[in-house]
Amino acid sequence: MAARIQIPKQAKRGEVIEVRIVIQHAMETGYRHDDVGHLIKRNVINTFSCRYNGSEVFRADLSSGISANPYLQFHTVAEASGEFEFYWIDDEGMQGSERQSIVVTP
Amino acid sequence: MKRRAFLAGVGGAMAVPLLPGAALAQANPVEAQLRTLAQGAPVKKGRVHLELPQLADNGNSVAMKVSVESPMTAADHVKAIHLYSDRNPVTHMATFHLGPRAGKAEVSSRVRLAGSQRVTAVAQMSDGSFWSDTAEVVVTLSACLDES
Repeated sequence: MAARIQIPKQAKRGEVIEVRIVIQHAMETGYRHDDVGHLIKRNVINTFSCRYNGSEVFRADLSSGISANPYLQFHTVAEASGEFEFYWIDDEGMQGSERQSIVVTP
Repeated sequence: MKRRAFLAGVGGAMAVPLLPGAALAQANPVEAQLRTLAQGAPVKKGRVHLELPQLADNGNSVAMKVSVESPMTAADHVKAIHLYSDRNPVTHMATFHLGPRAGKAEVSSRVRLAGSQRVTAVAQMSDGSFWSDTAEVVVTLSACLDES
């Protein structure tokens, strides 16, 4: 599961930064049928979280009400240089994660 | 029986059973979920801004932005934003958990909408209060429940 993440490479301490992520995922609703009429099982990313230097700054519980290839945009305060860690898991237990680093100037 | 009398009789018999069905008011699924969420606390209007287009061509992907008026400090911040739909098969669309480290209570995403409906966003504050906003969306092509 690939993802595209956009966060600023650099930020001033205390600045509110914008985090944007798109994860490649079908977000199967569980209400569609395949070619032979069988119901396709629901498979959506149910949990997404973002950790900044080890502590959670954002978490989302998602359902089939979120579009395929889920897009999320949220904010966090730049506190220290370090790493953003993104993690998500779908109904079938498939996990995905991504990392991105940031430099914070005083 | 005369043909005219027969047709009138059939037409009348068919019309009658439709009336009780239309009179049955359906309970709003969002209100039921809000009661469970708030546990008796009032859900007030205000402080939350839910932005959705008034008209969406395709219900499979509708841009959504929700923001909450909050200083986002350790003492006073938004704990979570809940999103509900009153016509989707799954009422609870998403919950976004925030904290004082978010700096700004604003989340954007894209949602699926199964038909024209009202979407509700509820913010759960750190002081235990609940605030909400709704948006009416007209969906031209609804998110497919079934591709057949």
